Amino acid sequence: MNTFVQAMLFQAGYNVALVTVGAILLGIAAGSAGTFLFLRKRALVSDAIAHATLPGIGVAFIIMIWLGGDGRSILGLLCGSAITALIGLFIIEWIPRRTRLPEDAAIGSVLGVFFGAGIVLLTVIQTMSSGRQAGLESFLLGSTAGMLFQDAIVIAIGGFFSILGIWIARRPLTIVSFDKDYAISVGYDVRQIDLLMMGLVLGVTVIGMKLVGLILIVAMLIIPAVTARFWSNRTDEVVVIAGFLGGLSGYIGAVLSASAPSLPTGPIIVMIAIVLFVLSLFLAPNSGVFSTFIERRKTKSNIHRRQGLLTIAKGENVVSSFTRKLLANEGLSRSDGLTDKGKKLVTKILIDENRWIAAKEVYPDKDMNINYGIKLIEETLTKEELLKVDQYIKSHKFKSITYD
Amino acid sequence: MINEFIQFSLTPILIGILAGISCAVPGNFLILKRQALIGDAISHVVLPGIVVAFIFTGVISTIPMLLGAAGAALVAVILIEIIKRLGKIEPGAAMGVVFTGMFALGVLILEQTDTSKVHLDVEHALMGNLESLIWLKAQGWQSLFDLDVLKTLPDELFRIIFVCGFILSLTVIFWRWLKIVTFDEEYARTIGIHSSIINFSLVIITAIAAVAAFESVGSIIVIAMFICPPAAARLMTNKLGIQVIWSIVFAILAAIFGYIIAGYGPLWFGSKNSVSAAGMIAVVSGIILLLTCMYGPCRESVGQKKD
Repeated sequence: MNTFVQAMLFQAGYNVALVTVGAILLGIAAGSAGTFLFLRKRALVSDAIAHATLPGIGVAFIIMIWLGGDGRSILGLLCGSAITALIGLFIIEWIPRRTRLPEDAAIGSVLGVFFGAGIVLLTVIQTMSSGRQAGLESFLLGSTAGMLFQDAIVIAIGGFFSILGIWIARRPLTIVSFDKDYAISVGYDVRQIDLLMMGLVLGVTVIGMKLVGLILIVAMLIIPAVTARFWSNRTDEVVVIAGFLGGLSGYIGAVLSASAPSLPTGPIIVMIAIVLFVLSLFLAPNSGVFSTFIERRKTKSNIHRRQGLLTIAKGENVVSSFTRKLLANEGLSRSDGLTDKGKKLVTKILIDENRWIAAKEVYPDKDMNINYGIKLIEETLTKEELLKVDQYIKSHKFKSITYD
Repeated sequence: MINEFIQFSLTPILIGILAGISCAVPGNFLILKRQALIGDAISHVVLPGIVVAFIFTGVISTIPMLLGAAGAALVAVILIEIIKRLGKIEPGAAMGVVFTGMFALGVLILEQTDTSKVHLDVEHALMGNLESLIWLKAQGWQSLFDLDVLKTLPDELFRIIFVCGFILSLTVIFWRWLKIVTFDEEYARTIGIHSSIINFSLVIITAIAAVAAFESVGSIIVIAMFICPPAAARLMTNKLGIQVIWSIVFAILAAIFGYIIAGYGPLWFGSKNSVSAAGMIAVVSGIILLLTCMYGPCRESVGQKKD
């Protein structure tokens, strides 16, 4: 527990602190870059990009050995991975443009084939000179707690520059992912902006590989973005929230993994992100499962209450047993008719009902059937519009409905 | 030479071919229904499945592992569906959330349990071990007719024969339904076909194929075999039946050439060691797809720009 608190406060050693900062920056960058992908409905392109980095790592290693180097220089490996990921990205774009295959087939084939090529290269490297290749496998699943100082620096700096890049390009990215056609109409080149977005995703993937592994970096791009979508309907807010959630997952994950060395950093970060996702899926205030459920029940009760009261006021029988139970439970009706409370409510509803009918005549072009009978008219019309409707009701042209 | 081929190469090639066919045939329908990536999702969740199966049984044996993998595939498919509906999230993102989450959980459990002594590691699950499925007792072609020697064939071969036969016969039996549901769900509904049952069965078949193939060729390579042969076949013809046959042909070609290049290719370059056969099969299937993308007779959709 002591190490946990120390790690939380960045006091558990220089290396741990650096890894934690790196994980936070990476989380923020991945979360916000992933949001644009998610909103453009291309979340799984990131999966293909990530898998397409593997052959690049292999080729870079072989070339560096061939040139007489160590082969494990992180910058060299990252450059190699970026190059093959870029080729993969190009093919994903080329196949649906050139042939009749859909994008998902292109994503899947690039993913499988490039990963296969990467595995082939890994087996080549294994036979080259034993021992020296150690560490390349860590790109698959990320490294555990023990990370080299050099790697941590690369992740921290790379994460910082990715965030900077997203900040600079936030306007065109937001507009294109919010409304592609609008972006075209105001003169943006959507294809170029898409490429820019992919470039950012590629950057995040490449720098995140060493920390969480190329298979799980996809999780850091997708999960925070999907989670953030539950908390807001505005693109610019979703980007910020996703960045925050990604950074939070990175922070908690890195701290947990520093305090318990058997917990590998990558999977723990992803599990934290999953926990945040599940919490949001159920508990988010507007689009969470619980609030949707409660909202739906409320709407159902509103409709039944209103229609039931109007029916009784008209002197007719309520057929639906749900309505009868609802009215009785809320003390609005007895077996012999409406209670005082019920009568009061009927008066209110009648005013609203008359306003709706009048409003339809005053504003014949307005589509008001969506909320009619569900919400009060005050929630649909502005004050000025309502004033006009009331004036119309007072005039002699309108005949109000009344029940005795 | 022949003897060596039968001992060391015949069974891996056969298993590669059968695994390829088992994946490629359902892949045809997945691609046409724009669900190509469900194979991707399923092959990632195989790992948590076998890890959990290992924890429950405590032994590395095939049947519990296959059941665990199949169970995980089923859980993944159900979770994807739930998240899609509850959260109103587009299918791709829902898939991404589920399979990466389950994969992370699998790695985490694997690191927590003492599985290091037994042969259960992530790389094995990802890469497969096609090369180790050898038939040492074989002595030339006559061994193919010797029952006692045939019994010593790797169990993986019998399982993949069974699965491949199962998938092929289901495809033949339900051909008409599959065809109608694939092309026109609305029409299928009007003539009384429950398209949701067919769709769900297709996913289950996909899971069975993925699990059976993962055992020998590794889970990631499975994705290539789900998508590349059918995608290449799609560019060869406009008829579904012929497309399925092309996809089988491509899967066979990929398996044979992939294995031979992996096993003997490095020798031609003077290296003593072979490279991963499963990986090379995926690469060859990719090359086939690339060739059909450039020269396939039906590669363009109507009105597509020729450039």
